[in-house]
Amino acid sequence: MKAAEEGMKASIADRPVKRNRRLPKMNWRGALAVAAFFLAWHFLVLLKAPGFREIASPIEVLNTFLTQYIGNPKYWNSWVASFKRVIYGFVLAQVLGIPLGLLLGTRETFHNLVYPVIEILRPIPPLAWVPISILFWPTTELSIIFITFIGAFFIIVINVHDAVRNIKKEHYWLALSLGANGGQVFRRIMIPSVIPSIAVGMTLGMAVTWNVVIAAEMIAGDNGLGRLTWEGYVSHTVTVVIIGMISIGLAGYLSTIGVDYLEKKMMPWRGTR
Amino acid sequence: MTVQASHAIDEAMEKSLTVMAPRPDVGSLAIENVGKTYDPEGARVVALHDCSVDIAPGDFLAIVGPSGCGKSTLMNIIAGFDNVTEGRVLLDGQLLATPSSPPKPGPDRVVVFQNGALFPWKTVLENVMYGPLVQHKMTLDVAEERAMDLLTKCGGLDKVAASYPPQLSSGMQRRVEIVRALINEPKILLLDEPFRAMDTVSKNTMHQHLLEMYRVCRKTIIFITHDLEEAIYLADKVIVMTSRPGTIKSTIAVNLPRPRTPEMMLGAEYLALKAQAIASVHEEAKKAFERGEREHA
Repeated sequence: MKAAEEGMKASIADRPVKRNRRLPKMNWRGALAVAAFFLAWHFLVLLKAPGFREIASPIEVLNTFLTQYIGNPKYWNSWVASFKRVIYGFVLAQVLGIPLGLLLGTRETFHNLVYPVIEILRPIPPLAWVPISILFWPTTELSIIFITFIGAFFIIVINVHDAVRNIKKEHYWLALSLGANGGQVFRRIMIPSVIPSIAVGMTLGMAVTWNVVIAAEMIAGDNGLGRLTWEGYVSHTVTVVIIGMISIGLAGYLSTIGVDYLEKKMMPWRGTR
Repeated sequence: MTVQASHAIDEAMEKSLTVMAPRPDVGSLAIENVGKTYDPEGARVVALHDCSVDIAPGDFLAIVGPSGCGKSTLMNIIAGFDNVTEGRVLLDGQLLATPSSPPKPGPDRVVVFQNGALFPWKTVLENVMYGPLVQHKMTLDVAEERAMDLLTKCGGLDKVAASYPPQLSSGMQRRVEIVRALINEPKILLLDEPFRAMDTVSKNTMHQHLLEMYRVCRKTIIFITHDLEEAIYLADKVIVMTSRPGTIKSTIAVNLPRPRTPEMMLGAEYLALKAQAIASVHEEAKKAFERGEREHA
């Protein structure tokens, strides 16, 4: 036991400075589950199981996709339109939300002044902002971006705010002991302490922005993946609905990968333990 | 720590067993009639009452007392995180804290906290270099060289210089923290129950590491603990505090020779000191002692 412990410590100590990059291992179980899902779907449709009468089979969907969508610029424009809205809303939320969270966490007067307003606005679901947003903003595009922004904004503000308030006082004290001044404490202690919470806020925010953007497009948009899905429903083309849904799923997944990558870049000290 | 590194220390210790670094010229501390009352207008919680201690440069002082006896308050005052409400504190004859002039934290008095406060977003090396760099006292190259040198001296910690703190054992983390304090050439090193959460074996290893660091880079050390045995084993002088309000109950001079070895804890001299300590502090210290015993069991 003791020897094993020593051995482990030695291996940590001897680990080379540069961490070697490895390709992510293939997740066979996950691939199997995806295959099983499509197979189950196919047979449920084939057997006309209850509820599946109106549903298209995966082969029909694939067929429609390959013949009508893969080369169709209108379809790819839906991707671009939705991604644009998500990115605008998301980035805007981070750019405004992170400083606001830091201010709320550090400035007592500002906190007392502004926090109650945030606490009242925060529980309002982003979709409840749709009517006001359409009335307020001159274009539909701006109103959808605004609603998307709302979705991610409060999440990041609250996350950063809480993180600032929970900074270990020992870290703060130690920095002062070691001779840091106010600005250095802010840059070198507060910011890195808050980064893990920013990462959490970004992950949650990204998920919410996709939720919101799809719903907003269904209500108010004239393009985008949400609109595509909705048009499929209105025109009774189930294959289009499913293409839309799968596209949204993939788009969300790609965004998660992007955010994860960003988080690893922001926190080189994580994932090494 | 690696097995080789610990052997290296053992060898080094055997070679120069009796050579203590000379006593430094700076690092004397005078605590004069210090009192601390929290919330003086309201609840009036008296944390410290009429505490006086004199510490000579290079002394190893241990403060023992049960939880809530004000020993951490005393340490926070010396470190500059809190102020006195009565009395004064002098560092090398200079006023450090009076009720009207609160102390400021500074690199001449660095604390090692009981729960550890290494910055997890910095590597071991970056943590150690933080002080000199933030004070613009050293260039990056000089700081790195000095940090690596100290890490090497303190039991082969240079091997983990590129690791992040969460990758290390708590014992190693605490040693890195001590190195991070030492690189600033502090006048006083403040250790606030640094080995509290450790098992007996790691604790004993840490004692030897600390004694070795003290032998090599001799500084005034104030070591806070609730473990009477640990205090007697490490220190030149043990101060026993009692709680509510925190007062100094007794001072025990420990004249055990240095370097200290674990066998000394079985010697008559050590046991006599322990007995004297228990006898002199009555009920309160017994509680503290038993708490120490429980952690050893």
